[in-house]
Amino acid sequence: MVTVDRTRGYQIFRVINTLVLTGVLVVTLYPFVNIVARSFSDEFAIRAGKVNLFPVGFTFRTYEYVASDPTFWTNYRNTVVYTVVATAIAMFMTTCYAYVLSKRHLKGRKILIGIAVFTMFFSGGLIPNYILISSLGFTNSIWSIVLPNAISVFNLLVMKAFFEGMPTDLEEAAAIDGMNTYGILLRIVLPLSKAVLATMVLFYAVSFWNSWFAAFLYMSQSDLFPVTVYLRNLIAGATTGTSVGADATDLTVATNIKSVTMVLTVIPILVVYPFVQRYFVKGVMLGAVKG
Amino acid sequence: MSAVTTIDESPSTPPPRDARSRHAGGKRPPGRTWRQALRRDWQLYSLVILPLLFFLIFRYLPMIGNVIAFRKFEPGGSVLGEEWVGLRYVRMFLNDPTFWQVFGNTIIIGALTLLFCFPTPIVLALLINELRGRRVKRFVQSVSYLPHFLSMVVVAGLVMELLSVDGPVNQILSKMGSDPIPFLQEAGWFRTIYVSSEMWQTVGWGTIIYLAALTTIDEQLYEAARIDGANRWRQIWHVTLPGIRPTAVTLLILNIGTFMAVGFEKILLLYNPLTYPTGDVISTYLYRMGIVSNSFSYAAAIGLFEALIGLTLVMSANLISRRTVGASLW
Repeated sequence: MVTVDRTRGYQIFRVINTLVLTGVLVVTLYPFVNIVARSFSDEFAIRAGKVNLFPVGFTFRTYEYVASDPTFWTNYRNTVVYTVVATAIAMFMTTCYAYVLSKRHLKGRKILIGIAVFTMFFSGGLIPNYILISSLGFTNSIWSIVLPNAISVFNLLVMKAFFEGMPTDLEEAAAIDGMNTYGILLRIVLPLSKAVLATMVLFYAVSFWNSWFAAFLYMSQSDLFPVTVYLRNLIAGATTGTSVGADATDLTVATNIKSVTMVLTVIPILVVYPFVQRYFVKGVMLGAVKG
Repeated sequence: MSAVTTIDESPSTPPPRDARSRHAGGKRPPGRTWRQALRRDWQLYSLVILPLLFFLIFRYLPMIGNVIAFRKFEPGGSVLGEEWVGLRYVRMFLNDPTFWQVFGNTIIIGALTLLFCFPTPIVLALLINELRGRRVKRFVQSVSYLPHFLSMVVVAGLVMELLSVDGPVNQILSKMGSDPIPFLQEAGWFRTIYVSSEMWQTVGWGTIIYLAALTTIDEQLYEAARIDGANRWRQIWHVTLPGIRPTAVTLLILNIGTFMAVGFEKILLLYNPLTYPTGDVISTYLYRMGIVSNSFSYAAAIGLFEALIGLTLVMSANLISRRTVGASLW
């Protein structure tokens, strides 16, 4: 291999490749770096267009300002609560269905799969969903976020593929010992599925953490918003964030605040990301095998 | 449902593989009736009750709810509308010039997204694949996946900050001596902004599947190609690309199927009345018509139309790919 790779053309290619990929890295990371730099910068520096990769006029003031807003903390706590509850329910529902779908001998299995897969390609649409959720009385409640998204068909298929790949000997042995289906699922299958369960929890948790539209659509009380809606209202200029602290620096304080809020919204994901990234990749691969 | 095909336990002869026996579902244990299946596997079936209720209520009921596209719906009245009005709302949107504008925008934005966001992960995967050190490779991958994990609100926020009048992009422009451009206020920039931010967000994540496919290509094929005197480019052309073709086709089908479902959330966050002429798409239009102006039936008719197009697209793409390359989703 090495000898072939020594050609001049290939050497040039390698240099170009390195340059291109470095460019990709820079472009990918730059917005993050810039927003972090802004979040620590003095408002005048931002306004003058001086903030680039590093904070200018380093200050914690904006963080203190955002942290002093009780609505921000309420909304942040809401996000945590919604994420935990929604993920728990989604895991329960998805595991049950995926486990059943993985039983090849089961009569009606194809129909059950079809029921789920069809919804990937055709959905009721925004308006009927809106009417449904409203008439169920879910507006301004956590259920409007949690229940309509309790099963992601993609995650379901990933899990099903995993369960199908498991050796059945242990389950059969347990069944012969008189263990019922629930026992087998809880005591035999799930303990052996920690990897896929972790992946699924992460998939769901990230998607619920990031979700905003359901809350935006169905919630009207600001103390119920998740932090993503708080942020949305900030960037859309619809909250008090822009008018509080009425002095000459209004506009730039708002820019600062946006940056800080974005950083704080993303931080939990950035912190766990390096450790859990491989699980995500595994999950996608599992899904791709049997997509 | 399939009681007709009760072949019962007749172990002597396996049931004939005709249409009827295939409809019975259970191929493995020949001809088990529903009653027997239920008695044997009731615990398994009990596990699907809640998930089935979920699908029924939150996925299939809204599909039925689409009848309001053909019925007059009054907020606060019956959920399924008051009276049949036939195709009134369909005719209404077909005669609505704004509808055709957002329809065109949807197709253009969808096509641009497909054009730019489908091939780039392939290219990036090939480039990453050529990297030497494992560490470097891993690092590049990790960084490139990152944007995928951001909330759409954060992405929109980043875009707005980057492109704001005092943002980094305008800093560069002003250094080159041009006046600041209010990008998000100019209709001419909207599609560029949409597609490039879409690329930023999806390219890295899109490489995962291709990189996986690349590792499954048999090393011996490269060996053979080298012995035949193929240089690096020829190897890529004759071994690598055919190796990832099935993956690429499958993803292309998926992308074509979701072609009309252009990023509703992102557009909703990024657009404003000034950029409606280029940025307003079917989904955002029906959102404004339905949720904001309470024309539920009208918006539902548009939504149903969009969903049917989506379904048609994915089915035809699947059919074509099965006929031509033998790869299909189902």
